[in-house]
Amino acid sequence: MTKESTTAGVTPARGWRPFTVLTRLFGRPASAAGTSIVLIFLLMALIGPLIAPYGVNEQIPSETRQAPSPDHWFGTDHLGRDVFSRVLFGARDILLLAGLGTFLAVLAGTAIGLLSGYRGGTFDEALMRVFDSLLAIPALLLALLLLGVVGPARNALLIVIVFVYTPIVARVARSVVLSVKSKGFVQAARMRGESETWIIFREILPSAFPTLTVEGALRFSYAIFLIAALGFLGIGVQPPNPNWGLMVAEAREHVFQTPWALWMPALAISVLVIGVNLMADGLRRVLRVPGA
Amino acid sequence: MIPALSVEDLTVKYRNGPGPVTAVREVSLEIQPGEVHGLVGESGSGKTTLALAVMRHLPEQAVITSGSIRVDGQELIGLSPERLRPIWGSQIAMVPQDPLSALNPTLRIGKQLSERFEALSRSDARDKAIELLEMVQIADPARVARSYPHQISGGMQQRVMIAMALSAEPKLLILDEPTTGLDSTTEAVVLDLIRELMRARQTATLYVSHSLGVIAQFADRLTVLYASELVEHGSKMDLFENPLHPYTCGLLDSVPRLGENKREIQLRSIEGRIPSLEDLPSACVFAPRCPVVIDICQETRPALEGAGATRQVRCYRWEETRAGEIDPRQPPAPPPLERPTIAETALQIENLEVRYDQPRSLAEWLRRSPRQSVRAVDNVRLTIRKGETLGLVGESGSGKTSLAQAVVGLVDSARGRVELFGAELPTQIKHRDRETLSRLQMVMQNPDEALNPYLTVGQSLSRPLALLRGIHSEEEVRRLLEGVRLPPEYADRYPAQLSAGEKQRVAIARAFAAMPGLVLLDEPVSSLDVSVQASILNLLNRLQTEHGTSLLFISHDISVVGYLSETVGVLYLGQLMELAPSENLFDPPYHPYTEALLSAIPLLDPKATQERVRLRGGIPSSLEPPSGCPFHTRCPRFIGDICIEQTPPWQEDKTGKRIFCHIPVSDLRREQGQVFAMRKRE
Repeated sequence: MTKESTTAGVTPARGWRPFTVLTRLFGRPASAAGTSIVLIFLLMALIGPLIAPYGVNEQIPSETRQAPSPDHWFGTDHLGRDVFSRVLFGARDILLLAGLGTFLAVLAGTAIGLLSGYRGGTFDEALMRVFDSLLAIPALLLALLLLGVVGPARNALLIVIVFVYTPIVARVARSVVLSVKSKGFVQAARMRGESETWIIFREILPSAFPTLTVEGALRFSYAIFLIAALGFLGIGVQPPNPNWGLMVAEAREHVFQTPWALWMPALAISVLVIGVNLMADGLRRVLRVPGA
Repeated sequence: MIPALSVEDLTVKYRNGPGPVTAVREVSLEIQPGEVHGLVGESGSGKTTLALAVMRHLPEQAVITSGSIRVDGQELIGLSPERLRPIWGSQIAMVPQDPLSALNPTLRIGKQLSERFEALSRSDARDKAIELLEMVQIADPARVARSYPHQISGGMQQRVMIAMALSAEPKLLILDEPTTGLDSTTEAVVLDLIRELMRARQTATLYVSHSLGVIAQFADRLTVLYASELVEHGSKMDLFENPLHPYTCGLLDSVPRLGENKREIQLRSIEGRIPSLEDLPSACVFAPRCPVVIDICQETRPALEGAGATRQVRCYRWEETRAGEIDPRQPPAPPPLERPTIAETALQIENLEVRYDQPRSLAEWLRRSPRQSVRAVDNVRLTIRKGETLGLVGESGSGKTSLAQAVVGLVDSARGRVELFGAELPTQIKHRDRETLSRLQMVMQNPDEALNPYLTVGQSLSRPLALLRGIHSEEEVRRLLEGVRLPPEYADRYPAQLSAGEKQRVAIARAFAAMPGLVLLDEPVSSLDVSVQASILNLLNRLQTEHGTSLLFISHDISVVGYLSETVGVLYLGQLMELAPSENLFDPPYHPYTEALLSAIPLLDPKATQERVRLRGGIPSSLEPPSGCPFHTRCPRFIGDICIEQTPPWQEDKTGKRIFCHIPVSDLRREQGQVFAMRKRE
């Protein structure tokens, strides 16, 4: 036996698990802040309607245009609606749409990217050129175009997000495949006759996972922006559902009387986006190869 | 006389981890004017940190915590960057390992050289630049001066770096592995140049290298570093002839020397692994791997003791070593079992050809111009018998990796016939059945990429067992680990927790898991430290005799190939030049290319003699391989148009050596002498 056994003081490491990742995220101030923000917004989305002091479309005619106060934390708008309650309610829609949309886009993009990148050849080449041309159109323009065709509906919004982000995620997934598929361990898998499914999902996917997680988080923040922007333009989530973008648009006309009605939802958007970005940056540092 | 460099008690720490990590610990050395001082060490020894510290060019996280560095009497520690700037270039100059990243890619070579002569007029500076290029023996200086760095070859780039470093006539030149990235024939030419310049200019030089061979050729004195510690220091002859530190002994013993073969010599590998800097042994850093370790070595750190006027060693037992009372060398590997050679053929390759089509531009596609293709492997025939090792040597671009990949079926464009144990192999791996796959496995070059970082060692090893042998048992995984001398608990580790040598062991275990009849090894030791190399070579030897496996061993290092193989093939531009039984490989007649290769290897013996055969230019592009004999553009024995026009014949001499050359073997034998002569080791 060699003396290598004597240096065997290392404890066997586990792969990274959600809990480990979370603990590590809280190890750095910036990513801890980002993660906390995202968690708080998630909590808002989950229990917001329970803690909201007023109804989402509840108008209190006697209390229109009130500045922030202990009764109305974020003030009221020109119709006498409680801005804090509306912001709380709005979180659910935006997080659900952006989250689900991003998740589906990551799922579809990963599958397409992995398969196309691994197989290569003419199909891969053709698909990537199609994706390239889609990427050349600005996301907002593409969304406007699609919504113009299918009409403004929540499902349509979801489809738009999936459609806009799938090519981007696919390209990212594919680039990882291209760098990994010529590596020794993939060749070794081919040499022992592993199936294509095994190679793609067990040998290659884990290496792509950190990149895809970070990409997913970034896409999520862009999706939040996109939904808010579409809401602002009036073709996103339709009233009476509360929507931060729509709230900003409505408050714009009364910005001198009720600036808080504009600032609060706008602040919610930016804080959430900053939080997601900080978390994505943290994830990039935290997701390491097991044992490292 | 004021020493050109004097380093005293230098300690450098890195502060990027949880606590400070010592990379260089109280190292002292002195270089007199005109002296070449070799600094040898493996990865993690601190040699690069030391070199950078001398330049005062350490990365930000590194701090010099104590010591002094004086260049030509001037203290460098404590100097501000503004004060250092005039010293760089004029007092100290450095030639880095990778010339391409040191040259500015956006400026022409001439411009980069003439920039150093700000005081001169533009045309004078340009003349000066040309002069410098001539000094480093560049044949066409005007053309090179007009080129951008990427347009010239690696050897040429390194010469430009040398010219640049010497342009201001520095007091101290630091060469940091200047030829490590070069092919051996190019390396030889650059080393010649460095040697000539050293001799002519008498510049004090700190030559940093992991290669003992290069140091043996160059240095007057040398310092051996191990895990941040200076372990031995002395004149070259002293250290090579009578090493006193067990690590120096181990280093010298662990490399196969040119001309040695496994039949005669068993390598003495240094067991264990190089300690990581975070986790250094507290007393003697070498104690965990030392064959003559005693209690005190693990308790207190040995002092650097003088063992003669100009010699120092950091070991408690050096006097016993010098008196011959103890043997500080590692035990040799047990000689492999004798196996009768079996006449059965394991692998037969006929007319193998690998082409890679180059992509066409849209214009070319529209014009329907034919696709250009790189012919990586051309018309190769090989036979490997059962239980035999066939070694393939080649420089970069010789097609050695393509050949291996074509045999295992990873190249779609391979043509020709490959037979494994009498059955023809389908070209592509997807058409091969389990049975065939299990008979043929491969170990790849880069151990860091060989294992899936997300699977434990046990998981990686159990897959081939399950798939190719239908075995689902942890017992078998443990047996595999034991076969490559790794403890069973390694099954639960991830690759990131393994050293490079350990990863390569696991990769070898994985290849042998399927009980293959033939294993292809593509540069399995080239990225490993020398002390680890030997243990892998010994391991391969043992596994081969235990299992009766045939090996195809590929490497750029002719000493290693010659050591491990029964037959050696020499590849050049995708074609075989010579096929020789290893016992005759080192004796004439040689193919002219083999002759140049053997002449290019820096020998590990300061007293060895070596013919000087040097090749002109670089390896031609395989997009347009030379006609006739592919070697004719660089051949020192070029005999005329026949070499350009006709494909050479395969000639066989009476020892069974086969040479692909127009010159009759009898003439070659008459004209060629023994390329090198070196004493045998016992």
